[in-house]
Amino acid sequence: MASNDSIKKTLLVAVALCIVCSLVVSGAAVLLKPAQVKNKALDRKSNILAAAGMLEPGQSSAEIEEKFVSRITPKIVDIEAGRYTTELGVANFEQRKVAKNPETSTDLGDADDVANISRREDYAIVYLVETDGKLDKIILPVHGYGLWSTLYGFLALEADLNTIAGFGFYEHGETPGLGGEVDNPKWKDQWSGKVVYDEGEVAIKVVKGSVDTGKSGAEHQVDGLSGATLTSNGVTNLLKFWLGEMGYKKFLTNLKSGEA
Amino acid sequence: MSMKDTLTGPVFNNNPIALQILGICSALAVTSSLKVTLVMCVSVIAVTAFSSLAVSSIRKHIPNSIRIIVQMVIIASLVIVVDQVLKAYFFTISKQLSVFVGLIITNCIVMGRAEGFAMKNGPVASFVDGVGNGLGYSIVLLFVAFIRELFGSGSLFGMQVLQTVNDGGWYVPNGLLLLPPSAFFLIGFFIWGLRAWKSEQVEEPDFKICSNTRAQEAV
Repeated sequence: MASNDSIKKTLLVAVALCIVCSLVVSGAAVLLKPAQVKNKALDRKSNILAAAGMLEPGQSSAEIEEKFVSRITPKIVDIEAGRYTTELGVANFEQRKVAKNPETSTDLGDADDVANISRREDYAIVYLVETDGKLDKIILPVHGYGLWSTLYGFLALEADLNTIAGFGFYEHGETPGLGGEVDNPKWKDQWSGKVVYDEGEVAIKVVKGSVDTGKSGAEHQVDGLSGATLTSNGVTNLLKFWLGEMGYKKFLTNLKSGEA
Repeated sequence: MSMKDTLTGPVFNNNPIALQILGICSALAVTSSLKVTLVMCVSVIAVTAFSSLAVSSIRKHIPNSIRIIVQMVIIASLVIVVDQVLKAYFFTISKQLSVFVGLIITNCIVMGRAEGFAMKNGPVASFVDGVGNGLGYSIVLLFVAFIRELFGSGSLFGMQVLQTVNDGGWYVPNGLLLLPPSAFFLIGFFIWGLRAWKSEQVEEPDFKICSNTRAQEAV
């Protein structure tokens, strides 16, 4: 047993163990990657459908896939110009890569960086729901910092580009039970029907406590999450950013006047 | 100790949570719904069993000076594998468990069994001991999750049992049960019940309170 403690044996065991463990871990990661990528893509699609209120409970993955392909048209938007662009293909578009690349993103100054994301991508992928060639709903990807993590979500707007059709996050790392309640279906239900702009300014916000429906401005307000003030503020901020001048406002204005 | 005792001992007689007070962190965090809890329990059973098996089968070659690190590496690798499997096949639940799967690495039960049992016993016994301790952990978690989900959200395994007021029913859910601290009370009740049943588990108090002395003026 004493020989176990020699330097040679110690190094040997350490190296051998590391090799075996890294093989196991990387083997699992590589083998399971296809299934994980598929899950992630499907999760994204079902969240897009859910934001647009088109997801029915209990749908199989094939049905979601089918619905997504038949009803939803993805398009790339040049955020700065506020117009659609065909420079980038939809198929391989990865918004987070675009956001990281200094050539395709803009460094935000402190004053502009309301959502705390430090860089904003110049291109975004938006999803259109069209009925008989007319815009029915548009789904915009949004993200911003909450308390612990960046929240990634989809905001669906009605054809008037001012009324919210649905809102939800598909990825975040907020505290389960507190900030994590952004996933609560009841809370998410409140968003539909709320109005984003008030005389051109982003007025939508998450308030502290619950909304007094009798007061004016209630159509711009959503109940706060109790115990999660910072996450609630994060949600307000990210909407303010993405629907504001630095975000999709230009694009939405152009789209409204038919110039996008 | 027979195999049967190794397996069933940790469930009630030597429960890792109730008697050894280990692994409390995740018992508080993941027990607000039964479905998530069940997946967490299965994951912990798998990790404890296989890490004990692996540690035990190389125990005669582990240098004493790095034994804790060796155990850690094995446990961490297994946890990553479990996390990957969950992400691949149980995506929605793995999203809810989020960081807590990764935190199995720091679950004292796993390492406690590796260091306390697997280093001194054969692979088969260690494996069984790992499963047993995983079961002991699971029984407490399931007990807590059952009560928390039933009275906190009025459902079991996501199926509505008590119609809540928000859905037009009569039951007013107890919000406290959805918050982690409630698990402290429930685990406390569990330990109380267990020690009332098996009084040999009651510990000698470290300090005894003196019998009432006569009040006297401070000197």
